[in-house]
Amino acid sequence: MLLQQYRSLYRIRRVEEVIAAHYREQQMRCPVHLSIGQEAVAVGVCTQLHREDALFSGHRAHAHYLAKGGDLQALFAELYGKATGCCSGRGGSMHLIDLAVGFWGATPIVAGTVPLAVGVALAWQLQGRSGVSAVFIGDGAMEEGVVHESLNYAAQQQLAVLFICENNGYAVYTRLAGRQPPRQIHALAAAHGLTVAVADGNDVELVSQHSAAAVAAMRQGGGPQFLELTTHRWLEHCGPDDDDHLGYRQPGELAAWRERCPLALAAERLQVRDAVSEATLVQLRQQVEDEIAAALEAAQNAPEPDGCERLEHLYGE
Amino acid sequence: MASERQLSYAEALREAFVIALSRDPRVFLIGEGVPDPKGIFATTSGLAEQFGAQRVRDMPLSENGMTGICIGAALAGMRPVLMHQRLDFALLSLDQIINHAAKWRYMFAGRAHVPLVIRLIIGRGWGQGPQHAQALVALFAQIPGLKVVTPATPYDARALMLAAIADADPTIYIEHRWLHNIRDTVPEAVAIEPLQGGRVARQGQDITVVTYSYMLLEVHAAAAALAVAGVAVEVIDLRVIRPLDVALIVASVTKCGHLLVVDTGHGDFGVAAEVIAAVTIAAFTALQSAPARLGLPPHPCPTAPALSRDYYPDAAAVVTAIAQQLVLPQAVQQQALSLLQRGDHPHDTPYRGFNGPF
Repeated sequence: MLLQQYRSLYRIRRVEEVIAAHYREQQMRCPVHLSIGQEAVAVGVCTQLHREDALFSGHRAHAHYLAKGGDLQALFAELYGKATGCCSGRGGSMHLIDLAVGFWGATPIVAGTVPLAVGVALAWQLQGRSGVSAVFIGDGAMEEGVVHESLNYAAQQQLAVLFICENNGYAVYTRLAGRQPPRQIHALAAAHGLTVAVADGNDVELVSQHSAAAVAAMRQGGGPQFLELTTHRWLEHCGPDDDDHLGYRQPGELAAWRERCPLALAAERLQVRDAVSEATLVQLRQQVEDEIAAALEAAQNAPEPDGCERLEHLYGE
Repeated sequence: MASERQLSYAEALREAFVIALSRDPRVFLIGEGVPDPKGIFATTSGLAEQFGAQRVRDMPLSENGMTGICIGAALAGMRPVLMHQRLDFALLSLDQIINHAAKWRYMFAGRAHVPLVIRLIIGRGWGQGPQHAQALVALFAQIPGLKVVTPATPYDARALMLAAIADADPTIYIEHRWLHNIRDTVPEAVAIEPLQGGRVARQGQDITVVTYSYMLLEVHAAAAALAVAGVAVEVIDLRVIRPLDVALIVASVTKCGHLLVVDTGHGDFGVAAEVIAAVTIAAFTALQSAPARLGLPPHPCPTAPALSRDYYPDAAAVVTAIAQQLVLPQAVQQQALSLLQRGDHPHDTPYRGFNGPF
């Protein structure tokens, strides 16, 4: 399990680094919000979701999309504005979808997809379908009214919704303490009547364990669950660069989080605890590198959409 | 014909819900007060008892969240009909309507779509005031990805609700509280019609008057009075605001040569502005006079009777506007005005004996 999770962590990290490297060429002409540093949240949660379970996300969604199994070439192509993109070029980085793997949509209005996840759970309840509907939000989303409306209804209707709050401590440059009073985020969800848990979001095994418990409870009719997972974004809010020189973080804060790299934690555990050989990890990494290189090249060589296509898909037939 | 079945607008709308809930297991109704003792002005009365609380649902006072929840349910294969007792309440949900419902199909290039109906009611009378009487039809009609319908007759109340539920895209269904009690022929036989097109509500050749929703009643009264005075008004009921049936309007204006738009909402920046722009662009040379519009004044509706008395244009205002546009002789205008039966009921009620609820 951990080896597979490590592979997923490494794949997401490298995809984001490759995007950052190529972003400077100005061929990916859309805003990008990279997930470097936060990979374990995505991987730990998605490990516990089935392909048929629904997942929604927001503006920083590459990791969620990839962890759920979203097509890599379609992600790269979407960033390049290509016809083979997951939104056929309509969305760019901030709009991702891959229905084949249960990734129902990521869009960049903060908290905008939260009620949609609740609505999918409502539909499934009405249809007598089992399945979990999950949505990733950040700490900033907890300041949006629609999140509380969604928590209230999910609890009142006992819907199978998993809310995952990826608490990275910042909304753009503004610290949590500058936006919310000194109380725990998960306490808000508890007050709405949800079952809550809080854990270190950089430890993929911990995230996975808490997610497993939450998902198991929901599959047995246990009602909505809320996970608060603490982590940190290493790069700038929007764009490919390190922005620590701006000074909005506490001194030493980023360095401390880098010390707790989710990939390094997992790799160390694999080698020390599970006696996985360095050769195995080297081989795994090379497989990922090959996959990324091939997907990137395919996306770069893919055709652009025909300009006339912009008129399509406003309404159905 | 006496044998033709007469229904009120509210009864026809309720019948649409019965038909939809009976025929399509994907349909559910949801809104504040849907199963309550008043049943949204009796349009949902008894439906929870007939179809169950799962399909005829109350909801918390969370307009934006519940809109998103209905979008999610629609994405997962349901056909929700979300309703608000006042259009004004839906303004809390513009994020979900505009950023999500209206965009979902387009931004994902058709990979998913949102078959959702949002039912809104324009309030009027008994001091509804600044936040319970807004007729913001154009606000929704401006958004690509939405469809907007404004049924003005019992027949269309049923037909357009069924069309909206059958439609694959998000539809804003806008009623007017003063239409709920009007009665007209609604045949028992039901055909699901496509969600498109206006209709010629009255034929004439002297002037085209385009209107929608409640103002159709006032325009009809004005046209009947002018007919006695020798002026033949062609009345177009838009029915569907987006997509706008420009061809129907242009054909009428080409015949009549004059255009007046009577808007149920504000006169400026509204539906009338769009209709006049579309006709002027498409058929400038057919116009023998400058197009004109009549709508609500450019300020919120005040509450006090003394302040709201002159807020709403009526049939007399329509007659006056037509007389000005066609430069009718004073005697013709006076004859038409004298025929209008305003009645002696207070100006803030739709007719004598109406005691609410508003």
